[in-house]
Amino acid sequence: MNLDQTLGALGEVVTTLLVIAAAVVALEGFLYLVLVRWIKARMAVPFMLIAPAFVGLIVLIVYPLLWELNASFTNMSLRNFCDPGFPTMGIGVHCRTEGDMFIGVENFARVFTAPVLQQAGFFQVMWQTVLWTATNVAAHVAGGLGLALLLHRAMRGKGIYRALIVLPWAVPQIVALAVWRTELHSEFGMVNQLLSVVGVDGPSWLSDPTWNFVAMVAVNVWLGIPFMMVILLGGLQSIPSDLYEAAEIDGASSRQSFRHITLPLIRPVMTPAIILGVVWTFNNFNVPFVINQNELETSDTLVTGLFRAAFQYNRYGFAAAYAFIIFAILLVFVIFYVRRSGALKGATE
Amino acid sequence: MSGVTSVPVPTVVPATAARAKAAGAGGRTDSVRKRIVIHGILIIASLIAAFPVVRVLSVSLRPADRLLERDFKLIPDGATLQSFVHVLTETDLPQWLFNSLIITIGTSLVGLVFAATSAYAFSRYRFPGRGVGLTALLATQLIPATMLLVPLFILAVQLDLKDTYRGLMIAYSVTTVPFSIWILKGYYDTVPIELEEAARIDGCSQLEAFWRILLPLSTPALAIVFLFNFLTAWNEFVLARVLIGSSQELFTWPLGVLRFQAQFQTQWGDLAAASILISIPVVALFLYSSKWLVSGVTLGGVKG
Repeated sequence: MNLDQTLGALGEVVTTLLVIAAAVVALEGFLYLVLVRWIKARMAVPFMLIAPAFVGLIVLIVYPLLWELNASFTNMSLRNFCDPGFPTMGIGVHCRTEGDMFIGVENFARVFTAPVLQQAGFFQVMWQTVLWTATNVAAHVAGGLGLALLLHRAMRGKGIYRALIVLPWAVPQIVALAVWRTELHSEFGMVNQLLSVVGVDGPSWLSDPTWNFVAMVAVNVWLGIPFMMVILLGGLQSIPSDLYEAAEIDGASSRQSFRHITLPLIRPVMTPAIILGVVWTFNNFNVPFVINQNELETSDTLVTGLFRAAFQYNRYGFAAAYAFIIFAILLVFVIFYVRRSGALKGATE
Repeated sequence: MSGVTSVPVPTVVPATAARAKAAGAGGRTDSVRKRIVIHGILIIASLIAAFPVVRVLSVSLRPADRLLERDFKLIPDGATLQSFVHVLTETDLPQWLFNSLIITIGTSLVGLVFAATSAYAFSRYRFPGRGVGLTALLATQLIPATMLLVPLFILAVQLDLKDTYRGLMIAYSVTTVPFSIWILKGYYDTVPIELEEAARIDGCSQLEAFWRILLPLSTPALAIVFLFNFLTAWNEFVLARVLIGSSQELFTWPLGVLRFQAQFQTQWGDLAAASILISIPVVALFLYSSKWLVSGVTLGGVKG
């Protein structure tokens, strides 16, 4: 460790924290003057309490989104860059008057008509994403439910099994992915070495499009099952055991009690978990990015494609439009699913 | 922002609710054959889950000239700690870990303070805009982290925040706040308001009641939220790559580890040893805290 670097890093972190603290104090002072002294609002306290978090979220999320919306109507790229200047950052007219940056909705049309990446078009990437999301979530739920049912009983070694099965979730994801990428190497990786023990000539996981996709899904299934298992195990444990006893007395088989007791009663837990699972898998960046290492376009999902469009091809305006289309797809799915399943009902109460 | 999702999502369940449910599946006993099958499946699942970890442990102990050999022994021939020594003394790993650690602790505390105060407002006050605010917090979880990369990157360039920690730290402080507010609000809601009312009758102001009564009672939830913030920032990769990915002296560990990986033929030992060193504290923290955390999304509570 280099002393200069260490002190430099420490100094910067401390300064940043002080700046944040000073900003919070200034914000609260301002709100106090406005709300308490000037307007004499009855509800000043809650607004002062939520102010730092919401100002932070506006700076981090709302403002960048507005900026992005504005950029999505321009053909801004690394070569055709417009310096929007502080503090408007291009929100408003600044960039539109400079040359012919403003191109209207053309970017949005281009997402569907022109290749999003170099070879792959939008619908191909979309299809890859749907396949990726559906297989992963299905495998997570099936595997998680299966293991949860097995673990949901009095038995020896339960704690040990749980601790071991939860490992993929507990290990830092980037570590797990870096290791998997290495183990998938066709010659030196463990996966193919193990396959060769049973006499199978393993495929080249990193360069063959189909197998690369399979590897991506397999790694993410490995990563995602523990979370689903823990959630569903929680759901199972909240089902009162006398229901099963009553069913047993009435002569129900274990399949019947699964179908008529377990499944309906675990749904309040399972539905939000599935919604979250879909959103997270759809948005998952790290797994496709690290396993594929940004090489094969056939392994890109919508979000890694977005990264490529933005930071490899540096088409900022196009990437912004593309980002909003991805978000719209996700939003439509979630609204549809939440409406249909009635999940999250009363969650804001 | 869904950057948070690479990380466990805990929620805290009040101890009483959890205890009531700890009993398990009821007293049904299984036949011997069924039990063998069940244990068999669980053993296989455990092996699949743990195998890469064990394998990395074994690789990290290999001598440098045998890194790429086909060898499935748990303790390799000529086992040595030289990879660990090398990675700790000859590479930038300690620097990366230090950078990650200070950024993470700082931003987790800021995030915790922001969330603890906001959650109090949402739990105890009925102010105009409350419902909208809570829904907006949930909606932020839908936004793909990747979507914000372009604007954040360009804004960082414009404001001279690229290749500094300032931009990264502000982002990390706020990223987990929406989820933390939900967790803490849920916990505060379970603490009887009568306790604070009693304190107010005894002469506390409302904020004093929050500080002296509610916060101490919420220690487990606060600990979980801190842990959640910590793990999220500790594991964050893509924003760090965009904001500080071009200056190696600022690297956090995920950037560094992927650099080892990219040069894997020569650095497999480094990668393995670094992986073990990074994972041990995180896994220990995770397994330890799973005593109280677990099961965020669930509406019914859990005790693991």
